[in-house]
Amino acid sequence: MTPLFRLAAKSLWNRRGTATLTAFAIAVSVALLLGVQQVRTEARESFANTISGTDLVVGARSSPLNLLLYAVFRVGDATANVSWETYQKVANHRDVAWTIPLSLGDSHQGFRVLGTSTSYFEHYRYGRRQQLRFTAGKAFADAEGVVIGAAVARELGYRVGDPIVIAHGIGEVSFTQHDHHPLRLVGILAPTGTPVDRTVHVSLDALDEVHRTPAEEAAAAAGLPLDTTPPAITAFLVGMKERSTLFVMQQALNTYRGEAVTAVIPGVALTQLWQLVGVADTALLIVAAFVLVAGLLGMLTALLTSLNERRREMAILRSVGARPGQIFGLLVSEAAFLALLGAVAGLALQQGLLALLQPWIEAKYGLVLALGSPAALEWAMLGGVVVAGAVIGLVPAWRAYRLSLADGLTVRV
Amino acid sequence: MNLPATTLANPPDKLLATPGAIPLATPLAIALEEVQYAWPGQPPVLSIPQLQIAAGERVFLRGPSGSGKSTLLGLVGGVLLPATGSVQLFGERIDTQSASARDHFRADHLGFIFQWFNLVPYLSVLDNVLLPTLFSTLRKQRAGTDPASEAKRLLSALDLGDEKILQRPVTALSIGQQQRVAAARALLGRPRLIIADEPTSALDHDARSAFLELLLREASAAEATLLFVSHDTALAPLFSRTLALSDLNRAAAPAESVGA
Repeated sequence: MTPLFRLAAKSLWNRRGTATLTAFAIAVSVALLLGVQQVRTEARESFANTISGTDLVVGARSSPLNLLLYAVFRVGDATANVSWETYQKVANHRDVAWTIPLSLGDSHQGFRVLGTSTSYFEHYRYGRRQQLRFTAGKAFADAEGVVIGAAVARELGYRVGDPIVIAHGIGEVSFTQHDHHPLRLVGILAPTGTPVDRTVHVSLDALDEVHRTPAEEAAAAAGLPLDTTPPAITAFLVGMKERSTLFVMQQALNTYRGEAVTAVIPGVALTQLWQLVGVADTALLIVAAFVLVAGLLGMLTALLTSLNERRREMAILRSVGARPGQIFGLLVSEAAFLALLGAVAGLALQQGLLALLQPWIEAKYGLVLALGSPAALEWAMLGGVVVAGAVIGLVPAWRAYRLSLADGLTVRV
Repeated sequence: MNLPATTLANPPDKLLATPGAIPLATPLAIALEEVQYAWPGQPPVLSIPQLQIAAGERVFLRGPSGSGKSTLLGLVGGVLLPATGSVQLFGERIDTQSASARDHFRADHLGFIFQWFNLVPYLSVLDNVLLPTLFSTLRKQRAGTDPASEAKRLLSALDLGDEKILQRPVTALSIGQQQRVAAARALLGRPRLIIADEPTSALDHDARSAFLELLLREASAAEATLLFVSHDTALAPLFSRTLALSDLNRAAAPAESVGA
């Protein structure tokens, strides 16, 4: 069979112009398919990695998805707050290792402002339990300090030491600027690929001071003692000492009589949320699959078109003793080879584009697309492309088979 | 021309009775008996009561297009099957064999030269000549320990020994050169029957004679039977026997007489 493969290779080489174009069309569609698949995988991963190491997210009574969206993804708003008393109760519970208060509702230049405590920088984890790192400065120590995410720093061009003004409400344009209370940038976080990058962090005290009424302001200026306990927070994150106590705590919070709160386990809620978001990326994959089908159909067209001019060649091969089955095999192996070529070139193309675009994608979207050998699913896809190519090759092969039977030894012009 | 001493020409009366027959007891290369061929739903295009060609004969078969020539070659080549009758090659009945056995038989024992476009355009001169060795181990064995040098020997015997010609793409060769490459391929591995279908009709007069001379010489050196199909009766004297397909084929006879 080897000499016949050599024959097929030489025949293909003779038509290398069209063969290259055909394989390239397949390569582009394969690269697209692999690219979509990788973005899908990484997006899902990065989505699931938005928060890690946190055992419970607690907020006012609402749907778990809504709680997750505003507390973790900074999307939407809380319907109600959680009282400081409830927060303190949980924070001081004997099974609880740490808590992070979250207070949302203000913005800066369109970025969400998050009021929190220093335990945020100590206990918040994302990805594979990675801690937040600073590229410049450090965590805030007082009510004047502001820490911003990597995307905020990049887009607004802030440096440590810059003054920051917090606006009440959310949105690019805010009517009530809290400019009577200037804050100062003390730290910039490293990129995380999570909503943290787009968050402006301040202390709860800072928010509190920002929100003071003129009367309170006057009292503060007069040096009178003030109640600095925050009135309420939006949500809080909980880390348990033992994971075994997690469900008991969740149960206790969800049935807590003192206040209507909801406690969700982030992993579970993330999975629920992904099922909603995942529809879109499945649609993307289907589109990519259809592009691949178009690429393979292009090959079918090219092979069928080439058949007519190759009838002569087939009659010659028949006259020296080639069986119609061998002619059939020649065509199928040619199609499979083109598909293989397309698959390999597609993989190379995808990896090449990735190497080129990876730094940009990571900077822009915080999505870390790793180079390297494809996962089992990708290999299966590549194998599937070759098999599909061979299967499609059956069409021209069958036609060549019929033609070579009908033509016999008659060399037609 | 050095024709074999024992010509196998038939007596005229015998030829009239059964034009394709030769005396008994001669080993036969081709033997067709009561062969009929028809495309589905159509009257027979070929009806040959008898055709016999002895081993080693060089037969000139006069067959204008439309006389059933392609059909006859298809039957002898084993790519077509007769509706009735039998086709024997070298004593072996091929029409009862399987398709792949017939393909195998063709690869082993038959060499074809066509009118034009004999060569696979993407193969070198040498690879074109060596094509039969891809499909027949017998031809490969008979081509000797090094089929490539045997191919070169045949090419130089056919005046294509020049290395420069061997390096050229086959599409750059003249028609005469192409036909000689095709002849070398048909001869490689010494098949027992060489069928040449109008191999000279694309050649001019001088090239025609030169080609025929070389073909006849190499065919007899390879001890091959030669069936040469042409409408050019001027070539007929070079052969040991002349047959007219219109005489052999009863199905084509009426059409011939109408045209005549």
